[in-house]
Amino acid sequence: MSIEFRHVSKTFPDGTTAVEDFSLTIPSRETTVLVGSSGCGKTTLLRMINRMVDPSSGSILIDGKDIAEIPPVGLRRSIGYVMQNSGLLPHRTVADNVATVPMLTGVPKRKAREDALALLDRVGLDRALAGRYPSQLSGGQQQRVGVARGLAVDPNILLMDEPFGAVDPIVRDELQQELLRLQGTLGKTVVFVTHDIDEAFLLGNQVVILQRGGRIAQVGTPKEILANPANEFVADFIGAKRGKRRLRIDETGRGEDVLLVDAAGYAAGVLSADDARLVLTGSGPKSRSVSNKTDQAGDA
Amino acid sequence: MDWVWTHLDLISSETLAHIGLSVPPIVIGFLVSIPLGYWASRSAVARSVLLTIGNVLYTIPALALVVLVPVVLGLSLLNPGNVVVALTLYAVAIMVRSAADAFASVSADVRQSATALGYSAAQRFFRVELPLAGPVLLAGIRVVSVSTISLVTIGALVGIPSLGSFFTDGFQRAFLLEAAVGFVLVLVLAAVFDVLLTVLGRVLLPWNRGLRPTAAARRVIAQQLPPIGAR
Repeated sequence: MSIEFRHVSKTFPDGTTAVEDFSLTIPSRETTVLVGSSGCGKTTLLRMINRMVDPSSGSILIDGKDIAEIPPVGLRRSIGYVMQNSGLLPHRTVADNVATVPMLTGVPKRKAREDALALLDRVGLDRALAGRYPSQLSGGQQQRVGVARGLAVDPNILLMDEPFGAVDPIVRDELQQELLRLQGTLGKTVVFVTHDIDEAFLLGNQVVILQRGGRIAQVGTPKEILANPANEFVADFIGAKRGKRRLRIDETGRGEDVLLVDAAGYAAGVLSADDARLVLTGSGPKSRSVSNKTDQAGDA
Repeated sequence: MDWVWTHLDLISSETLAHIGLSVPPIVIGFLVSIPLGYWASRSAVARSVLLTIGNVLYTIPALALVVLVPVVLGLSLLNPGNVVVALTLYAVAIMVRSAADAFASVSADVRQSATALGYSAAQRFFRVELPLAGPVLLAGIRVVSVSTISLVTIGALVGIPSLGSFFTDGFQRAFLLEAAVGFVLVLVLAAVFDVLLTVLGRVLLPWNRGLRPTAAARRVIAQQLPPIGAR
């Protein structure tokens, strides 16, 4: 289920151009993260994939088929969608929310509800929550229900529009790990939109850094982008310029472990003696957690 | 009080007549206002046009309307249909604004989410927007119900029987007990209708149960208690 954008542009009726001549191939069964500041057109690009927004020109292909020829309602039912603030239907119980799309596509109510319970297990929610209404759940629980709903028809493609943007950092961390775990077993084609570069580097196999008007500043793996920022914009966006990403070993450290500090002198993390050969910009989980800590330290 | 016991037949027949004149305007007003209110919530132009028409309608004195309707429709002056038509117009005048607010109170996030899930436009309306507009619609229809039940009494002035006939008759004969009976029964009827609507709301909107009225619903109740005394 690869997705291909071919010279896609979108100008809204009020004259604003959200996206201009955007071309990109999103590989199958991997996570691609579109990252950029607000107004870079990332949500517009995401919504073009399920025809919530139709391009003004250019075309989008899913497995080689132009989606302009696929009726939007059917297309949307075949693609999972998870949004910020969960977008759960407040008048339906948790189980019914998860079962929404299967029931729309004619799966019997009873079977859809049973499947919904299994999905709650899958996203780490207690089945006891099935009969509650969304307003009775915490923000993190609502997002988990949102993810379960997105997976309910076992779609090949999952679109995620800043799904963890409105929850606190600790819950966000949990949800991100949960998504990595799920993606490890499910292998969906995930398109994830965020403005948080750390989230992008954590979740993305392929990261697309966007500038205004949907212009691609750089596409690559997190490793490639960190090691070789394509230009000033990217360097600035990923924090390399401010010295957040460039760490050095603190000489005052004693003992086995090595203390790392960033350019501003903030303690950024500790390199375990066992992993001392680890390359900082590598893609191993250790180095990622180092760069995460870097960012927090820099913000402190 | 003897009058009450000797006139139970009359009291029950006038009460039934009153209910018969009240229910059609409430139901028809509600049904007509749903599409109009939805339209008004989708388009700023439609909203201002429809709400202006509603306001103008609402300022026409009830008695004038009850006399005008038969002239315009060519009905006999004594036809109860006159009262029904006039009160339906008032019901729509009140209810369109409530319905417009009700549909506007459905969050854009939820609407977009429903679209993204693959609801067709019609499914989205009936299964998402209409139920979510429910609490504010309920607030609006409760106002319409009270307003309609009190306004039905106007018909008595042009000879259409209802509980209002007890007012006119009681005043003409300076028999205050009869007027008071009419007055109390109108209040009781309004209260009974309100309770029925509230119960209906609890059954139809289970997710709203136990929650306080939404801010939008409270605003509707506050704004739209009709200025009955003014008319």
